[in-house]
Order: sequence, then structure tokens, then C-alpha cells
Amino acid sequence: MNLLLLNIIILIYLLATLYLGYRGWKSTKDSEGYLVAGRKTHPYIMAMSYGATFISTSAIVGFGGTAGLFGMGLLWLTFLNIFVGIFLAFIVYGKRTRKMGHNLNAMTFPELLGKRFDSKFVQYFSGIVIFLGMPLYASVVLIGAARFMETTLAIDFDVALLIYSLIIAAYVVWGGLRGVMYTDAMQGTIMFVGMAFLLIVTYAHLGGITSAHQALTGMANLIPEKLAAQGHMGWTSMPIMGSSWWWTLVSTIVMGVGIGVLAMPQLVVRFMTVKSNRELNRGVLIGGVFILMMTGVAFVVGALSNVYFYQTQGNISINIAKGNADSIIPVYINAAMPEWFVYLFMLTLLAAAMSTSSSQFHVQGSAIGRDIYETLTQKKGSGSILVTRIGILVAVLIAVTLGYILPENIIARGTAIFFGLCAAAFLPMYTCALYWRGATSFGAIAGMITGTLVTVFWYMFIHKAEAAPLGICKMLFGRDVLIAQMPWPVVDPIVVALPLAFLVTVAVSLVTKKLSYRHLEDSFRGLR
Amino acid sequence: MLGIDDPWIWGVYVLCILSALLCVIYGIINWNRGGELEALEIKEEAAWEAVEEEMQEKELGL
Repeated sequence: MNLLLLNIIILIYLLATLYLGYRGWKSTKDSEGYLVAGRKTHPYIMAMSYGATFISTSAIVGFGGTAGLFGMGLLWLTFLNIFVGIFLAFIVYGKRTRKMGHNLNAMTFPELLGKRFDSKFVQYFSGIVIFLGMPLYASVVLIGAARFMETTLAIDFDVALLIYSLIIAAYVVWGGLRGVMYTDAMQGTIMFVGMAFLLIVTYAHLGGITSAHQALTGMANLIPEKLAAQGHMGWTSMPIMGSSWWWTLVSTIVMGVGIGVLAMPQLVVRFMTVKSNRELNRGVLIGGVFILMMTGVAFVVGALSNVYFYQTQGNISINIAKGNADSIIPVYINAAMPEWFVYLFMLTLLAAAMSTSSSQFHVQGSAIGRDIYETLTQKKGSGSILVTRIGILVAVLIAVTLGYILPENIIARGTAIFFGLCAAAFLPMYTCALYWRGATSFGAIAGMITGTLVTVFWYMFIHKAEAAPLGICKMLFGRDVLIAQMPWPVVDPIVVALPLAFLVTVAVSLVTKKLSYRHLEDSFRGLR
Repeated sequence: MLGIDDPWIWGVYVLCILSALLCVIYGIINWNRGGELEALEIKEEAAWEAVEEEMQEKELGL
């Protein structure tokens, strides 16, 4: 591997990133510029930024590796990513969010909810949930990026983690959301090119679409016995319905991440950055194609890596990757792709990680500055931008610290946990905020607290994959989970917490005092 | 179909492509729609800006 060439390519890329961050900084004068990029973003920048933030190393490396293990059933997640994450998100949620955000002059997701329900509690509680929940997701993205820098640039993992974080902190702290979105759009473009090549080369390698799939179908007998016993039926089949494998695939991976995207604060805020619905209409086109090329390609290629490894090395991917699903994609790229592509793909991954990290830090900073500090102290203006900037630095520090502590095989799971938490805590009240005038402040608060608490409780006491390593249930009750009977230990919290939170939001709204007619008129101005 | 036996899998493979196509068609049909409210909102923004400036003046004493 030509380390000098790779370093030069990455250096050019980083300089371009810093330049765009600088452009963002130069054109940002006030908090509206810093928080919602002045509300006049170009549709290409908005859609690419949404897509590149949505898709991180976690989606490509973490979930792509998971597809190497589970097979093409993960494509159900791609379908939800496109249909729910782009089509419904832009048209059903995005347009109303943009208009209502404009009506209420809201600049963050918690602020939109807080102003809509006329409740400061809603705003700072949401800010706290984001600030405390996001570091897990932020740090798994950091880990993905640093692991890749460690292996390819031949530098120490700890040093890689530090350099990467410093660069991002620099352009997020100074550039605000403009800097973040400009760099996102460039990074998204690189990702698109990289993934397109990956798909074409993989299919070409394996003799075309049908014969590649055929070969994978023919390998069903190679599923390790342990996995077959849990319901795995092959890489081109769904697992046995109701088996533990099926529950993990359907409830945690497909539903948790597929639906959670609707209530991700760093994505919702992007709807508030465009000036009209026209930009969102155009964004749907760009976003739909972009996501298909990201997760669609990652999951197909992840599954097909089994064929490649079996034909060339006589073994399946998870064994080649020594049991760590997070390594399947990197190992496959290094083994199967031409050397120049390995460089391009490294840039793709770095871009994917940076575009997600930057928004995560921005949204955590704004949660502290705008949603917690401003709401509690009533101070507005330049003081809160300073607090936001400090908040971003604190968020980076927490994520880096977690990055050193977290175990292997964590990338996909860490992502799923945060998506699930956001869905349960925010989606019911967010949906009601946009569509139901009858929703009350108490309804919103009750639903949000129910969703948050049920999710946290479920992870600590019911869902085995988290409850067992956390050990809190064991300490209190002497066993790993409260209900050992199948399928409960493998049912994801979202299956219970989301419907329950919806129910509570509606039920409490029906029996509590409605918001004033005038406030509702203001919120829904221009909306039917 | 497509070398895959399980209809749940080849079905979703096709569904992914169809849903991306849906996004493309929707985007093309509505390419120029939805810009009508712009003028009104620009007026609103001018009003906000005035308020924001006043607030900053008061706070920072500029």
C-alpha cells in the first residue's frame, strides 16, 4: 500500500473540508445562521446533507457487516430507509416541520416541540435526552472512523481518535450548521461515487446479479449450526418467524432504526433550513437515490461477501473476520477490491463518519446552548452561541472518552439504541405536534416521559443484549433479565415503548386543558 | 427470481428499487411546486430580524 499517496489524498480532502467550514463561518453572523443555516439552503446541499448525516460509517461498516452475518433480510431496513426515512420524512413530516418551525421561529428540534406545546419543560427535557443519549451514537461513529485510520494510515488508535475529533470540533465550533452542511454535501458526493463503484465491482466479480445471488442462495447449508439453531435460514432467506434471530432482525434492526429516523433531532433540524416546500420536493428525488446507493449497496455487498470469501478462501465472512461483524466490510474491501479503490473507499468512510459526527456534535451543542441554557436562564443572543460552542466541545470530549471505553461489536447496536430512544421519546409528540390540534402540553410531556422511561427500563431489565452486560438487573434481582420466557429477552424496546407512548400522549391530551385558540392559530398558520 | 428463492427477499430487493423510483418520480413531478409561500415568509423574516437586532442591541449594549 502506498502510504504517501493515501496521505496526500486525505490531506487534500481535509483541506477542502476545512475550507468549506471556513466558508460557513464567514457567512454566519447570528444565531439563526449558526443554528439553521439562515433558512435559505440549496436543495442539493440540504438533501445530500440529510443523506450523509443519516448514513454514517455505522450504516456502511456496522450494518453492512451485520448483513454479512444476517444476509439480505436487512434490505427491509433499506426499504424503510427510503420509504420512511426519505419519502414520508420529507413529505409527511418535513413540509409541516418547515412551516411550523417558521411560524414559531424555532431553531432546534426541542425548541420546535417546546414552542408548539408552549412548554419550557418539553424543550429542556428533550435537550437533556439528546445530550445524554447522543454520546453513545456519536462515539460508535468515532470508533468506526478511528479504527479505519488506525489500520490504513498505520497510526495508533488513540492518536487517530484524537486527530479526527479535533478536525471535526474545529469546523463545527466555528462554522455552525452552514459549515456542517457545506462539508456534508461534499462528503455525500464522495460517498455516492465510492458506493457505486463498490456495487458494480462486486457484481462484476461474481458474474452478474442473478448468478451472484444464486451462488449465495446455494450456500444456505454453510450457516454455522449455532446460528441455524437460532433461526438463521441462509443469506437469501428470512429467518424462521418468531425465532430469536427473527426478532433481532425485525424489531431491533429493521423497525428500531427504520422508524427511529423520523424523530432524529439532527435530521429534523434540516427541514428548517430550507426556504420553501419546493426544496423539499427536489430533495426527495436526490435523497431517495442517495439512500438506495448507501444502505442498499452496503447490505447487498455485505451479504455477497460470503460468496467471495467462500470461492476464494473456502470460508464464510464472519469466520474470515474472526467473529467481529464490524470487520467484515473492511476485510472484504481489502481482499476483493483493486488498490486504488481501497483508497477511494477509505475516503468514502472518512466522509461518511465526518458528516455524521459533525451534525451529532452540532445538535448536542445546540441542545445545551439553545434548549437548556437559554430556556432555563432566559438569556438570548451571543451568550448562548458561546455556550453552544462550549457544549460542542464537551460533547466531543464525552464521545472521545466513551470511544476508549466501549467494547467490540458495538457499532450497529449503539446506533440502534439511540434511534430507538429517539423514536419512543419524541415521535409520538412530534407527530401530534404537526397533525393534531387537540394534543396538549400535559399529553406531550406524559408521552415523552413514558417513552423515555419505558425504553430505559426495557434496556436495563428486559432486553438481554443490554441488560446482561449492564448487570443492574442481576445486582437487584439476581438474574440477567426479569422475564426469561421467549421471545421477551429479544423483543426490542421500541415495540412496546413507542405504541405505549403514543397511547399515553393521546389519552392524557383528551382529559387535559387544550392550548389556547390563538396559540394554535399561530402554530398552524398556512397549514391545513 | 434474481437468483433468490425466498419471495420475502427478492420482493424487498425489488421494493427498494421501486421506492427509490417513487422518490425520483415524485421529485420530477413536483420539481417547481411549493415555492409559492416564499414572498410572505421573507416578509416574516425581515420582521424577526428587526426583533433579533433590537434584542442583541439591548443585551450587548451595542
